[in-house]
Amino acid sequence: MSAGDVDRTPVADAEVCVVGAGPAGALVADRLAPDHEVVVLDAGPRFDPADRLARQERAIRPSDGRPDVWDVGGERDAYATSGERSYPLNHARVKGLGGSTLHWQGMVMRLHEDDFNSGTERGVGPDWPIDYADLQPYYAEAERELGVAGASDNPYAPPREEPHPMPAFKPSYSDSLFAEACEELGIDMHSVPNARNSEAYDGRSACAGYGTCQPVCPAGAKYDATVHVERAEERGATVIDRAPVQRLEHDGDDSVTAAVYATPDGTEHRQEADAFVVACGGVETPRLLLLSASDAYPDGLANSSGTVGKFFMDHLFAGVGGTLDEPTRQNHVGFYTSACDQFYDEANEEVAPFKLEFFNYAGPSPVEMALTGDDWGDELLGRLRDGYGTHVAMGGLVEQLPRSDSYVTLHSERTDDRGNPVPEVHWSVGDRALRTIERANEIQRSILEELGAEIEWVVGPDATGPAYHHMGTTRMSEDPDAGVVDADCRTHDLENCWIASSSVFPTSGAMNPTLTIAALALRAADDVRERLSQSL
Amino acid sequence: MELTRRDAVAALATVGATGGVALGTRRSDDGGDGAGGADGAGEAEAAALDEAAVRASMAAVATVVYPEAVDGVEAFVDRFLDGRLDGSAHAAGLRATVGDLDDAARSWHGAPLVDLSETTRDELLREVGADVADEVPDGTLAERVRYYVVNELLLALYASPTGGELVGLENPQGHPGGTESYRRGPR
Repeated sequence: MSAGDVDRTPVADAEVCVVGAGPAGALVADRLAPDHEVVVLDAGPRFDPADRLARQERAIRPSDGRPDVWDVGGERDAYATSGERSYPLNHARVKGLGGSTLHWQGMVMRLHEDDFNSGTERGVGPDWPIDYADLQPYYAEAERELGVAGASDNPYAPPREEPHPMPAFKPSYSDSLFAEACEELGIDMHSVPNARNSEAYDGRSACAGYGTCQPVCPAGAKYDATVHVERAEERGATVIDRAPVQRLEHDGDDSVTAAVYATPDGTEHRQEADAFVVACGGVETPRLLLLSASDAYPDGLANSSGTVGKFFMDHLFAGVGGTLDEPTRQNHVGFYTSACDQFYDEANEEVAPFKLEFFNYAGPSPVEMALTGDDWGDELLGRLRDGYGTHVAMGGLVEQLPRSDSYVTLHSERTDDRGNPVPEVHWSVGDRALRTIERANEIQRSILEELGAEIEWVVGPDATGPAYHHMGTTRMSEDPDAGVVDADCRTHDLENCWIASSSVFPTSGAMNPTLTIAALALRAADDVRERLSQSL
Repeated sequence: MELTRRDAVAALATVGATGGVALGTRRSDDGGDGAGGADGAGEAEAAALDEAAVRASMAAVATVVYPEAVDGVEAFVDRFLDGRLDGSAHAAGLRATVGDLDDAARSWHGAPLVDLSETTRDELLREVGADVADEVPDGTLAERVRYYVVNELLLALYASPTGGELVGLENPQGHPGGTESYRRGPR
């Protein structure tokens, strides 16, 4: 169906308008659709599932960059980066139904209890207005919704109420090599929860082993939010793609009245609703609020606190890699199966929480190697045999604290394809995070040295980069002067507007954020439902 | 090591029977997902090779770019192209580029590509610059030969189980080889 054949006109009598069809928006829509008239607006397209193999080919071939795999880029996605560290935003997101879960790795850990009380327990950063216990039942529900393969063998994980929905993926051969070294060093390894089917689940197949999880799973075994987009539609929701919301409008009673969106033919429409849920991720969410400035909210909608766009955070990568003098069996699958959270809760004012990962995809992929270089035939085969087979590597994620000099704002000059100012990402990282990267490197190096590896690369404080987890830009706070949303993710300023996104995280922890995004979205949806039942 | 029908089917499972087709070969714009992206600069002028000649030419190049260790190349390439030579923009780009390469063979070596010796075919690929070019589907002849011919064939081989096993990886990236092999130790 071409773009012109789709009805993109507003839905009459909508009760809930969700902006953004990534995991947060899709879960909210799915949860509310059985009982409410729900419409979802997304800036990007409805991707055809039949194209996934072609997208995989893009991922493998050198002619296409990572953003090309899911059609990111161009004037629609223009952005600016101005911080002390450049931020490659279009490598970090996908616009379209499913959002960035289309290209994510699919790692789904819960935050630790102390992550919700960083100020109290670690002496830095704000506490969240909710505790782990508030989110725990929603974590369990999110694990069921996404389909998580995991095991209860992690002594450092927060308390669980029930097993994961699927058994964990079994350890890899290279995990067994790491295990010997870790045992010598007194370092614990354990399984890691994957939003990837270790067996058939929820109508989706088990992992087929394509090995291209990030950025595309042709099998559909890795969870992506099209699962809940489609289920929301089955339950009656209307999902409109290629409908970028330009601004939110409000009335004099501090209620959002309409989402004004554009369609491919250039028409603007107004989607009215009783409740609005903004679920556009950690960059586009504050951007939309800033684009919605009005006389009543001259600094941006829901921005009485002045914190919209502030405190932009990402997780920082730390890694060490090298080679052994024996086969390590890498690149059979595109996910990892073992991790180490042993050092996570040693965090304090000086050292951030961090986690360690044991890769199953260290070193080059032979097929990708084959497509580059100036050789072929026997010479190429020789190069592939020399280049593949003995690599090992560890990664890790490190928390960064919220900082006033790390933010998202509107660029003063550059505009997108609709004439709106593009997001400007100003990313800054503090010394605590950089020190912690060194600490993570130290442990990673010790493990590789125990293994007998020849260390070939280290991603330390100077070379670190973002994990593409956008957080903090509309943070949650009990104090309306200190944050954008309350503990239920409802904006302090506008009584019928919620934000479902990692943008509400007051601190980031060091765990991949999507399970927490999902849990908060389910919790926010419950609040929307309850308030709708009270007619707001 | 024999390339089998299973390998060809597996290679198609990596890239899809119609490859980059539905997407074009470049990032699509809002105007739609259809064909058009793969049109190479030289396509309009391409010599028209019939289907059999395109297949034979691809197999002839495969004998150069594949290692000596593999057998069954012609049948493997033919089966792989069953899924790639359709009505798509990718197929059009492939046909056009093979046609242009065949033109170069006739101009520079006085014979169609398939009639050149393996050594001369290797020379031809280097003469057009496919060895040092980056793959670009709408680029120069060198870039298109790298994309539609050399890398097309290398992708088919090294994403297949037999191609992977040549390197020591029986489930290469792109091949849906399941979730057992990553747990196995070396054999």
